[in-house]
Amino acid sequence: MPKRTDIKKILLIGSGPIVIGQACEFDYSGTQACKALKEEGYEVVLVNSNPATIMTDPEFAHRTYIEPLTVDYLADVIAKERPQAILPTMGGQTALNLAMALSEKGILKKYQVELIGAKERAIKLAESRESFKEVLTQVGVDFPKSGLAKNLEQGVQVVERIGFPVVIRASFTLGGTGAAFAYNIEEFRIECAKGLEASPVSEVLIEESVLGWKEYELEVVRDSKDNVVIVCSIENFDPMGVHTGDSITVAPAQTLTDQEYQQMRDASLRIIRAVGVDTGGSNIQFAVDPKTGRQVAIEMNPRVSRSSALASKATGFPIARIATKLAIGYTLDEIPNDITKKTPSCFEPSIDYVVTKIPRFAFEKFPNSDPKLSPAMKSVGEAMAIGRTFKESLQKAMRSLENKWWGFNPISERRKLRSGTSWVEGVRQYIQTPKADRLIWLAQAFREGLSLDEIHVITHIDPWFLRNIEEIVTEEKRISHWAGRLNDVPFEELRHWKRMGFSDNGIAYFLKSSAEQVRAKREQLHLKPVYKMVDTCSAEFISTTPYYYSAYEKKGDDLPSQSKAKKVVILGGGPNRIGQGIEFDYCCVQASFAIREEGYESIMVNCNPETVSTDYDISNKLYFEPLFLEDILHIIDKEKPEGIVVHFGGQTPLNLSRKLAKLNLPIMGTSAEAIEIAEDRDKFRALCYKLEIKQPESVTVNDPDRALEAAEQLGFPLLVRPSFVLGGRGMEIIYNSRDFQKWLLKGTEISEESPLLIDRFLNNATEVDVDAICDGDDVEIVGMMEQIQEAGVHSGDSACSLPPMTLSTEIQKELERQTRVIALELKVKGLINIQFAIEKGEIFVLEVNPRASRTVPFASKAKGIPYAKIAMKVMMGKKLKDLKVQEKPMDLVYVKESVFPFQRFTGTDVILGPEMRSTGEVMGVGKTFGEAFGKSTIAAGFPLPKSGKAFLSVKDDDKEVAKNIAVQLSKLGFELCGTRGTAEALSQANIKISTVNKVNEGRPHVVDHIKNGEIQLVINTSALGVHEVGAAFELRRATLMRNLCYFTTIASAKAGVQAISEMKKINSGTHCLQDR
Amino acid sequence: MSFFEAALYLEKGHLFEGKGFGSEISKGGEAVFNTGMSGYQEIYTDPSYLNQIVVMGSSQIGNTGINRQDLESSSLLLSGVVVREYCPVPSNWRSVQTLSDYLAMAKVPAIGEVDTREITQILRDEGAQRAVIFPTKGLKASEFKVQAEQLLKSVPLMEGLDLVSKVSCKEPYLFSEEGWKQNAGTIVVYDFGVKWNILRHFGKRGFKVQVVPFNMPAEEVMKYSPKAILLSNGPGDPATVPNSVGQIQKLIGKVPMLAICMGHQLLARAVGAQTYKLKFGHHGINHPVKDLSNNKIIITSQNHGFAVRAETLPGKEVQLNHINLNDGTVEGFCSESLKFYSVQFHPESAPGPSDASYIFEHFIRGFIQ
Repeated sequence: MPKRTDIKKILLIGSGPIVIGQACEFDYSGTQACKALKEEGYEVVLVNSNPATIMTDPEFAHRTYIEPLTVDYLADVIAKERPQAILPTMGGQTALNLAMALSEKGILKKYQVELIGAKERAIKLAESRESFKEVLTQVGVDFPKSGLAKNLEQGVQVVERIGFPVVIRASFTLGGTGAAFAYNIEEFRIECAKGLEASPVSEVLIEESVLGWKEYELEVVRDSKDNVVIVCSIENFDPMGVHTGDSITVAPAQTLTDQEYQQMRDASLRIIRAVGVDTGGSNIQFAVDPKTGRQVAIEMNPRVSRSSALASKATGFPIARIATKLAIGYTLDEIPNDITKKTPSCFEPSIDYVVTKIPRFAFEKFPNSDPKLSPAMKSVGEAMAIGRTFKESLQKAMRSLENKWWGFNPISERRKLRSGTSWVEGVRQYIQTPKADRLIWLAQAFREGLSLDEIHVITHIDPWFLRNIEEIVTEEKRISHWAGRLNDVPFEELRHWKRMGFSDNGIAYFLKSSAEQVRAKREQLHLKPVYKMVDTCSAEFISTTPYYYSAYEKKGDDLPSQSKAKKVVILGGGPNRIGQGIEFDYCCVQASFAIREEGYESIMVNCNPETVSTDYDISNKLYFEPLFLEDILHIIDKEKPEGIVVHFGGQTPLNLSRKLAKLNLPIMGTSAEAIEIAEDRDKFRALCYKLEIKQPESVTVNDPDRALEAAEQLGFPLLVRPSFVLGGRGMEIIYNSRDFQKWLLKGTEISEESPLLIDRFLNNATEVDVDAICDGDDVEIVGMMEQIQEAGVHSGDSACSLPPMTLSTEIQKELERQTRVIALELKVKGLINIQFAIEKGEIFVLEVNPRASRTVPFASKAKGIPYAKIAMKVMMGKKLKDLKVQEKPMDLVYVKESVFPFQRFTGTDVILGPEMRSTGEVMGVGKTFGEAFGKSTIAAGFPLPKSGKAFLSVKDDDKEVAKNIAVQLSKLGFELCGTRGTAEALSQANIKISTVNKVNEGRPHVVDHIKNGEIQLVINTSALGVHEVGAAFELRRATLMRNLCYFTTIASAKAGVQAISEMKKINSGTHCLQDR
Repeated sequence: MSFFEAALYLEKGHLFEGKGFGSEISKGGEAVFNTGMSGYQEIYTDPSYLNQIVVMGSSQIGNTGINRQDLESSSLLLSGVVVREYCPVPSNWRSVQTLSDYLAMAKVPAIGEVDTREITQILRDEGAQRAVIFPTKGLKASEFKVQAEQLLKSVPLMEGLDLVSKVSCKEPYLFSEEGWKQNAGTIVVYDFGVKWNILRHFGKRGFKVQVVPFNMPAEEVMKYSPKAILLSNGPGDPATVPNSVGQIQKLIGKVPMLAICMGHQLLARAVGAQTYKLKFGHHGINHPVKDLSNNKIIITSQNHGFAVRAETLPGKEVQLNHINLNDGTVEGFCSESLKFYSVQFHPESAPGPSDASYIFEHFIRGFIQ
């Protein structure tokens, strides 16, 4: 069937900010959808609140709205744009839920908008667990016994019928929030209550536990003529009980016979047909009892997902792109296979390699949270690797994670174990619970002599996977046999180890040699990898798409070079983590576009399957490889590029730049030397001194015994930071000697190699982020962003405003001047980011990053200029004056607000500090700062209340400012209440405020009031970065769990009140990027 | 188990050294690749692979061992197995034996640790060719090729080779499994190397499944008073079974006929069409086929080296009704008046998707009931 001509304009809904469970895989799917719709001549309207996405760049859609993803704002866009259809399946659960809400509120009907891709009925059937089970019964697919409960009482009845253990899942949530196990009635009551609270419809599903069963996922695509194909089967390494987003997963499925696989495939076909997903992709999960082979369906997502992104990268079958084309009427046989170009998309990809995905976690950022993996997703990113065998792909994936693993690093740290147990016993206990690092402990278990059977009984991990790890451990012993005799190692042995996926570092470890020496030995033996293609068809047809992975085979799949163009290699950002995410993928993709525009060949290297950068048609060539020195050097050796770009992928490639520079490899743009000056405290201090630019007084300590003395000399409060860090890891503000001594006891390494930096902390200072591009002669300011939280809150966590809301013209000019001189002095060629703090009118420079920063996409969207692209062109030798950047006057205010994963990490305090903990960001656009900030809080999911009761509890320093805030709140009609201290201080200033009890002051206390819904706004400040336990902590958790608007710094509270006031007066509606 | 040194040699001069498993003997055959990611047990026990060395694209083989249920015949008739990595310790609840032991019992050599992607590309570009797997113990590397060339001499060319007579049953027999009712009449199956799953499709629908040798005269077949005749799959070149074509011609129009794979090619020849050898054949479980009667697409299981030439199908009475979407080749034809239905792919799958299993229903409803 040809494409539909009754539709001209299509609205696409994005997934909003990056949160755990919904990350840049939806930028990938949304970007593909935009491209596919544009290609077919439709007018595309896009709404997404996330400015860091590639899809929200003005060239991807015709009409782009960076607006809060709520029914009201979407209705406004629909009224303005009048699309005929909405494609709701590309923006994760967020888009699907919104589409349903638009339908239920009658907005679709009112404006005659049709849902394409998945209809209301299908979404309802798949999403409501009750109706999904009915569907399964109808089509004869088995599922775990279960029952629904709307309250605890019903829950207990259900569990009496099913028996323990049970799993409890909250209805209508994403990423498995609120899914938990219960083994007894006590646990059940707790978990059931939590689930009911987490579910927006206050409903939980209680299920027979299939804990320990094998877990599978099938990616299914269906067209309007009922043709169905399975794109990929994925097998989880971790058995049932760990969320699939937190599991190590492998494609294709490895331990199913054809008969069992076909049974699963048949079931998937029956399910997708019965649910009635007419067109597009779905993901269906199954569990298999390893003892009997009994198969049960677990759940279905009637949309593209994280797994479909993974499946797309794993097979070369672009699910989101195809699903989009199907949604507009095409059938599978009408769409050519993009990779082979010769065959149709109506086929099932066959792959002749093994793909392994390993999740990446950030537990270190959330002290006191439970590190146990569970059905509720906690990982923040993932790395994928392709290898000829599972062993090779697993070890490649491990070194892609960038967590210092070069493979199965042996474990010597025994402090993680309980005292009194033997080491072997300790290891045995450790592997019982799934945790972020269990993988390397499994190898340790083999090293300690535990048997495969024993490990299987403890972990329920399929023996096939364990056997592969055992083989790797066995091979380690063979490598050790050659210890100290690298030169004697025969070619065949070395080749065998490389084929098993050992990195040079791994081999060096067991040989007691160094990675450099192993590499030299390999070079001498001419042992290097070849590159094979991801071709969707196991080589059955010739493919011409340069999507590569490395393999230690004899023959590669090299295509003859397409052109004589000079090549540029871009090193991507690797797995997402807190502090390094989609913003950097945005920059890499823009850089690739710029390179192509300049007539060069762009070559992308990355290992993150969620990203746009790893889409095979973004760059001229794609290497899906670890961002690990060894693997990068192989690519550079093969491609011999004109230049290597390290400045766009965040800290990952930047950390590699020095090593690459040492090998005389051509780093483009700003030199590795400049990067080092910026990162080395002493060198940077000298530079500032020369330029007469102020820094907070600071001291570098490399002897732990001298630390306290140095700190006291500098004076409190102060900021401590270990060197070369990402996202403020380990940074803390310390207010007095006693706390400093306590901090020292935590055992941060302080040495020559790893000096400790101590800065005087600027109290109540305003922080400003300035991004700029320098071409060596000229400097162009990209954006000056004033942070709403005071200095001391990590810039990645603070909300910020563009243009600045309080800075005088004079200060702004001076900030610009300082940015210029620093950029020119460092001979920056490309992007630079500088963080300034202004304390009592005085400017201090805090940090200089001569690379793309997190704020580049935000500034680009706000100002409508593709700065990352311009920076890349500058790095390639263009001059700013020739690029003619035309700045338009800014008549709107743009506010970035951060989004945090606190709800997933129970036990963690929400207080902000110098350590970054946000996962994503949203943008609010308005006529005034207040409106823009107000919208950003709506987009971030904690909307400002318009009226009601405000609770105040502020630290002593903040009481003066709090008075003004209280007065304004009263004027706005808010009733006030506060803790004793705050209430007294405000009462003295003649402000009407009632006193409420703290949690430890008897009941009813403030948490009771919050739970009863009597409080709408919480202002609760305490020392930055100091995580509390007890009363204050309980208050903040309660606030969080009720989704109340809260402020933990006085500066943001001030901005919030201003926003409440202005939101009452101004509503400028939605703003289209292209209308600027 | 332990691996042994072994090599694979393709007649156009490609040598691959690897690790042997299965039987430590030399054996030759036609090398073909298979892109299926599951179902090695069904593939290896499919009689259609007689005289062939099967190169698996999928890189991990042996993971689920061998079980008692997923057999497609009583023996292993292929000449050799080539894999990227063999898993010696299977993991599956139904597994009763390792693949290596199973191959060793049937005297089938196998080789692992070779780049099956590269071999697939060679077969794709140069076409299917003869090959030999042999142990290399005691040989110097320089002698490998000489040894291989020597072994190849005894490997016959596939074209013109009569393999059907080797795999067909010698005597008629009834095929039945537990619980079958056998009250819906008799289906006579001409055994050109039949896969058991085809028989199961009829058996479980209540038919009495009478398997007969490939060369049984039509008159004798008629003595069974069959409700329908099934022309089965089988190995090799359809041109080598001319006698069967004659028998089929006698039966056309008298009894409804369902033809699969080799049977399909023989039926084509019986109605006057030609068959030809494909460059590298179709061996996989992901081939898209369009049913021209309703324009629906099914993902099919395929295993054939020869195909029917579309333009030689007689026009009026015979309708082309299935085509391959990858290369446009003939996947099926039918005739209402002559009461037959013929498909190139395997509707019984095993291994592969069950998308095409409706063909059995369709045939039974349209031609028998």
